[in-house]
Amino acid sequence: MVIVPPSIDLAAVGPELILTGVASLLLLVGVFFKEQSRFLNPWIALLGVILASGCASYELFPHTTFQGMYAADLFTRFFKLVFLLGTGMTILISIKYTADERIEHAEYYALLMFATVGMMLMAAASDMVTVFLGIETLSLSLYVLAGYTRTRLVSNEASLKYFLLGGFATGFLLYGIALIYGSTGQTNLAKIAYAVTHGNPNTGLLTMGALMLLVGLGFKVAAVPFHQWTPDVYQGAPIPVTAFMSAGPKAAVLAVMIRVFEQSIVFMNIDWTIWITILAIFTMTVGNIAALVQADAKRMLAFSSISHAGYAMVGMAAASREGSSAVLYYMLVYTFMNIGAFGILALVARQNEHRTAMRDFTGLAYKNPGLALIMTILVFSLAGIPPMAGFTAKFYVFMSAIKAGQNFLVLAAVVNSAIGIYYYLRFAIYMYMKEEEAPSTLPPLRASLGLILALVIALYGVIRLGVLPAEYLDFAGKAFLTF
Amino acid sequence: MFPILTVIILIPLFGAATLLFVPKKSENIIRGITLMTAILDFIVSLPLFFDFREDTAAMQFVERLTWIPSWGAEYSLGLDGISLFMVLLTTFTCVIVYLATWTAVDKHVKEFNIALLVLQTGMVGVFCSLDFVLFYVFWELMLIPMYLLIGIWGGKNRLYATVKFFIYTMGGSVLMLFAILVLYFEYHAQTGVYTFDILRYHSFGMSKTLQFWLFLCFFIAFAIKVPVWPFHTWLPDAHVEAPTAGSVILAGILLKMGTYGFLRFSLPIFPDASVSAAWWISWLAIIGIIAGALMALAQTDVKKLVAYSSVSHLGFVVLGTFAFTLRGISGGIMQMINHGISTGALFLLVGILYERRHTRMIAEYGGLHKVMPKFAFVFMIVALSSIGLPLTNGFIGEVMILIGVYEANAVYASLAVVGVLLGTAYMLWTYRRVVFGKVTNEKNKTLPDLNAREMIYMAPLVVMIFLLGIYPNPVVRKMDASVKNLLVTMDKAKEARLGHPAAALAANLDVDKKRD
Repeated sequence: MVIVPPSIDLAAVGPELILTGVASLLLLVGVFFKEQSRFLNPWIALLGVILASGCASYELFPHTTFQGMYAADLFTRFFKLVFLLGTGMTILISIKYTADERIEHAEYYALLMFATVGMMLMAAASDMVTVFLGIETLSLSLYVLAGYTRTRLVSNEASLKYFLLGGFATGFLLYGIALIYGSTGQTNLAKIAYAVTHGNPNTGLLTMGALMLLVGLGFKVAAVPFHQWTPDVYQGAPIPVTAFMSAGPKAAVLAVMIRVFEQSIVFMNIDWTIWITILAIFTMTVGNIAALVQADAKRMLAFSSISHAGYAMVGMAAASREGSSAVLYYMLVYTFMNIGAFGILALVARQNEHRTAMRDFTGLAYKNPGLALIMTILVFSLAGIPPMAGFTAKFYVFMSAIKAGQNFLVLAAVVNSAIGIYYYLRFAIYMYMKEEEAPSTLPPLRASLGLILALVIALYGVIRLGVLPAEYLDFAGKAFLTF
Repeated sequence: MFPILTVIILIPLFGAATLLFVPKKSENIIRGITLMTAILDFIVSLPLFFDFREDTAAMQFVERLTWIPSWGAEYSLGLDGISLFMVLLTTFTCVIVYLATWTAVDKHVKEFNIALLVLQTGMVGVFCSLDFVLFYVFWELMLIPMYLLIGIWGGKNRLYATVKFFIYTMGGSVLMLFAILVLYFEYHAQTGVYTFDILRYHSFGMSKTLQFWLFLCFFIAFAIKVPVWPFHTWLPDAHVEAPTAGSVILAGILLKMGTYGFLRFSLPIFPDASVSAAWWISWLAIIGIIAGALMALAQTDVKKLVAYSSVSHLGFVVLGTFAFTLRGISGGIMQMINHGISTGALFLLVGILYERRHTRMIAEYGGLHKVMPKFAFVFMIVALSSIGLPLTNGFIGEVMILIGVYEANAVYASLAVVGVLLGTAYMLWTYRRVVFGKVTNEKNKTLPDLNAREMIYMAPLVVMIFLLGIYPNPVVRKMDASVKNLLVTMDKAKEARLGHPAAALAANLDVDKKRD
């Protein structure tokens, strides 16, 4: 009897291996050189991210490996680079924050990297099992990270809420997978599609399964009405973690949604774009309207990130190659601008995050003009005003949706963009247009090296992808699904 | 070929970049650099006027570079007889504004001047763009500095005014963005080409229904900007709260973007929808003319008065544009230039008073001809130009519009004349209350008259008032070919709607004969 060794291509999972390796190394270093490693931890992690990026940018011939469970195509590659960008920037803005909060443990950085591995698995998942594996790896890391500042009550609350509700949502997801499996006998996306088109599956079960999947994934991407956990968790988690959660993991879930919906559910006789359309409209509108009334900058950015997931879903609703490229591009841009904005918030918030209210930005323009200018550019980008990248990204998403005939959805989206501007403008109002009631006695803010690096990256991204987007658009345009 | 338009767009941006490296404290150096930048930009833009060829309606000084090939968006710039004057008006006004605002702003001078220069880049860019995406980028780019100008250096109620301004404009803009995208795919569906090239969209066939809806989206965006009644409510707030520099730029240039948008987008791209919507737009314009004038009559704040007079004056421009006659449209463009000069000058005069007395209430003044004779003299010229007295620029514009409108519809023209009368009333009445009579207020007795700097920046405006009033021909001639080209499209649309081509054509031919 001949035993055929399973096809395993380690090069395809190179970035995951590097990250896991470096993270494990970090954990060991953390145990044996606890005191000495304090200052080294972030830089070791950063090195790992850079190595992984180098590995990820290597262009592989599109193929699946691990017996069809892992797709190594340009789509995966694009997302991996987006995740690494997000993780890298998060590490940079974490350096000073973790030192201030006395949480500069190796575990913090290791968890960030494990979360990234989870996201990568999600983006590459061509099988429901890989989807589940990725989501769990990501979620477990995030549950811990959300509660990482253990002495702060809100942080604990965030972690617990996230864990309980997250576990609940995972149940939905699993149930969905099980129902689809029950109907088709497959977990592989391509095989599900084949079974649906060639077999005679139970439509009722399939529809239920697809809906359950949507609920589970909708929870993870914080789509309205499954978003209830988001504001509290985002507000309670340490700021760099919130920055991280609002960019990478959302992109990862969107990647999964694109794969699952466009590779298998599209073949089921289900009108899934209408679900996404409804979700997108609710997500944009509720996120925006809730953000309008927030007095706390961190909470406001949390709601704004909900509405951004909605804009990205407009691209999904297009259900086309342009649509998914637009989502990719959107998430890339969003990573740049959102983590940059959170970085500045982390600095303004000072120790213990005492100062995250909008009014704490008062007069920033005259105390730290450079910082205020960068923040202005970033929030205008978030608002989608040209020539910043936020505009290009929105434009691309709207374009793809109109091409697919989703005119009403785009109309809803542009009206939302106009509403959204109001609360982004408030940053500029506080920084430039309000006077401080009493002269502040606080020491002046000083940006750390890590933050400066992160802001330079963010600024580059926001301006480069806004003014001369052609190359990056092509890059996203090429990153379509092959499997 | 020398990329003159790019240079004109970029000079202010480089000026702004230079300012970043000038220390905050050296305020006069900052102001000096800003002024020099604007003067340089104006000088560079002058050849546009002299090198402009009158015999063609094609775009001139065209520049094209690939920008986002996968979308079909290009970096393409060019001018025709319509946009030429808008660019010149911008570079001209900016020089005067920067000189005028020398002492008016003394807080955060560096940021103020950077905002002004970025604004200038955006404004010139809007008028030069021949690509939808590029146009939209400049269109929005302009909003940010304007928002900051009102919000940081404005009056008491500035936050309310600036947010209102931004939200209104943005609301219109996003609708336009939506329409651009729909248009883009409609064009592709018909021709198989993805392009954002504006000129290609001129008079390409669409179903009437689609034309109507897209026209409406564009119309709302531009109507907010103009502002056409009833979209005008942001304007008085923005004008009153804005610093003088902001008001002058707002009135002089930003408002023209709406009417320019009608000429560049609405009419040529949606000719059928424009013709069929002309009746209600004309009524809106007439309501704007009369309501604006009546509101102006009722104001006690002189800046608000000028703001409402803008609503009234721009009503004329819209009315002329939607008359679809040679005189109407040329007159509209003339009036755009005139309004920029006269209303800009009015805001500057109000600013001069405000700098001295820190109040804009008409009742606070009176008898200024005794203490400020030079001011009274300049104010008289500007007021008369705003009224449209013969020999001043205002007369040319208004008469051309009224004739043009009369050719199309006598009722509209006679109603618009009411606006002219009311305009005379509020302007002269204001002049009387501010300048004539006895000095009733003690504080006014010691007011200094115009100083040298103020004379220097008012002088070019006064010269322009008379130059355009006495010899407007060089200007009118340069816009002729472009306007006629536009009319060919509009006449076809009118034929299609009315079914008697002779009548429509005859009106225009008649005008041509008279001119020749």
